[in-house]
Amino acid sequence: MLLITCPYCGPRPEIEFAHGGEAHIARPQDPSSLGVEDWTEFLYMRANPKGVHAERWRHLHGCARFFNALRDTTTDQFVATYKTGEPRPDLTAVTA
Amino acid sequence: MTRFSAFELFRQGLSGQAGWKPQWRSPEPKAAYDAVIIGGGGHGLGAAYYLASQHGLRNIAVIEKGWLGGGNTGRNTTIIRSNYLFPESAGLYNHSVKLWETLSQELNYNVMFSQRGVMMLAHTVHDVQVFQRHVHANRAAGVDNDWLTPEEAKAYCPPLNISDNMRYPVLGAALQRRGGTARHDAVAWGYARAADRLGVDILENCEVTGIVRNAQGAVEAVETTRGRIRTPKVGVSAAGHTSVVLGMAGVRLPLESFPLQALVSEPVKPVFPCVVMSNTIHAYISQSDKGELVIGAGTDIYTSYTQRGGLHISQHTLEAICELFPQFRRMRMLRNWGGIVDVTPDRSPIVGKTPVPGLYVNCGWGTGGFKATPGAAHTLAWTIAKDEPHPINAPFTLERFRDGFLIDEAAAAAVAH
Repeated sequence: MLLITCPYCGPRPEIEFAHGGEAHIARPQDPSSLGVEDWTEFLYMRANPKGVHAERWRHLHGCARFFNALRDTTTDQFVATYKTGEPRPDLTAVTA
Repeated sequence: MTRFSAFELFRQGLSGQAGWKPQWRSPEPKAAYDAVIIGGGGHGLGAAYYLASQHGLRNIAVIEKGWLGGGNTGRNTTIIRSNYLFPESAGLYNHSVKLWETLSQELNYNVMFSQRGVMMLAHTVHDVQVFQRHVHANRAAGVDNDWLTPEEAKAYCPPLNISDNMRYPVLGAALQRRGGTARHDAVAWGYARAADRLGVDILENCEVTGIVRNAQGAVEAVETTRGRIRTPKVGVSAAGHTSVVLGMAGVRLPLESFPLQALVSEPVKPVFPCVVMSNTIHAYISQSDKGELVIGAGTDIYTSYTQRGGLHISQHTLEAICELFPQFRRMRMLRNWGGIVDVTPDRSPIVGKTPVPGLYVNCGWGTGGFKATPGAAHTLAWTIAKDEPHPINAPFTLERFRDGFLIDEAAAAAVAH
């Protein structure tokens, strides 16, 4: 079971959380002007990377709030968690 | 290559069964092939076999980064059924079941296909309505499926607990009698042996690191850890790693890869006659010919490539198994493991062409690809050979997401296989 650090509540066990899929997929500003290819991209296409992935989590059985996380999908290790609305942390800056 | 037969078994017995040879070659990669299949599981090896046996392409290779059948082919719970809701799915999965029925004879390799029946349990009024709808839809589509009362279900599967004091009592069951199980390794090995006999090169320990495209954008070669291989056609059957492989050609897919766990008990004498699945309480169980109870769970909740998951998922499944079959409470579990399954938004696969000329994909089987091995391989081979879809896989295109023709099998396939 993963230990996940909710940015609001601190570290909690995985069973308190729901997974929310890929992060930073913004709803189109002007949906009616969007072409069919762009809709497909928005609705269905996903990065699914083997490596560091930006994803949404929801602390469902805690504060119930959404937040974002960077997690390595080859180890399941969390690199960072951060609040919704904050930009994706720049990992090159962290390691430098 | 020696043909397997009772006589051959007897003849080898005279020399202590010591005369058997390896069942396929281990060739060095050639510089060029007419077609290359990426992924040496049942789906990929099967596609190579059908390309060679039905479409006359003999100069082809299967590239596998590990060993044959070491991915999801060797990690699933071997359940075979075709009781899906929509006509498109019935066509594809029933095509597979029909191929399963003659596969051992066709390959001259015993895949131990056993039509012991797959019983899906209903625990709520909603389950009952959904499964009865499935039964009717299946029968209209020519797929066998029967509705059973709890008493009939227990008669078919005596270990089943149908008492009404359970948390989720059994209210009925849908039974597909032609469903069952097969020996997973034998499927990969049988296809490998038959393909090798037709001249297919099987390249193990050979990982694809890049897909090379020409000026027109079409596939020209694949880069591997054993050198560059030129080829005009590439078929990808890479299961959970499909996003990674097609990413090398710049193709994005509507896939997310999740760990799916399974586990087996200590081996015991025959105690379990069929396959029982419960989507509602997340468990499915059968008994292998070795005697182990083979138990599967739902996927973990997060995407991952680790081939393992959280133990609480297995625990959740075992709680359901112990409630449905109280006599298994003192069984010990021997091993558990995970496989990486590629899940599409509508829980139906993608089999066919990609936006890249010469690049074909067979993916998105999610938690239930094993049952479809022969049908997926057969239709993928057709598509690769003719550069057009077989009527059976025609609805399962990548473009269905753009065009709005989803085949939404989530009710049949979201949890259990």
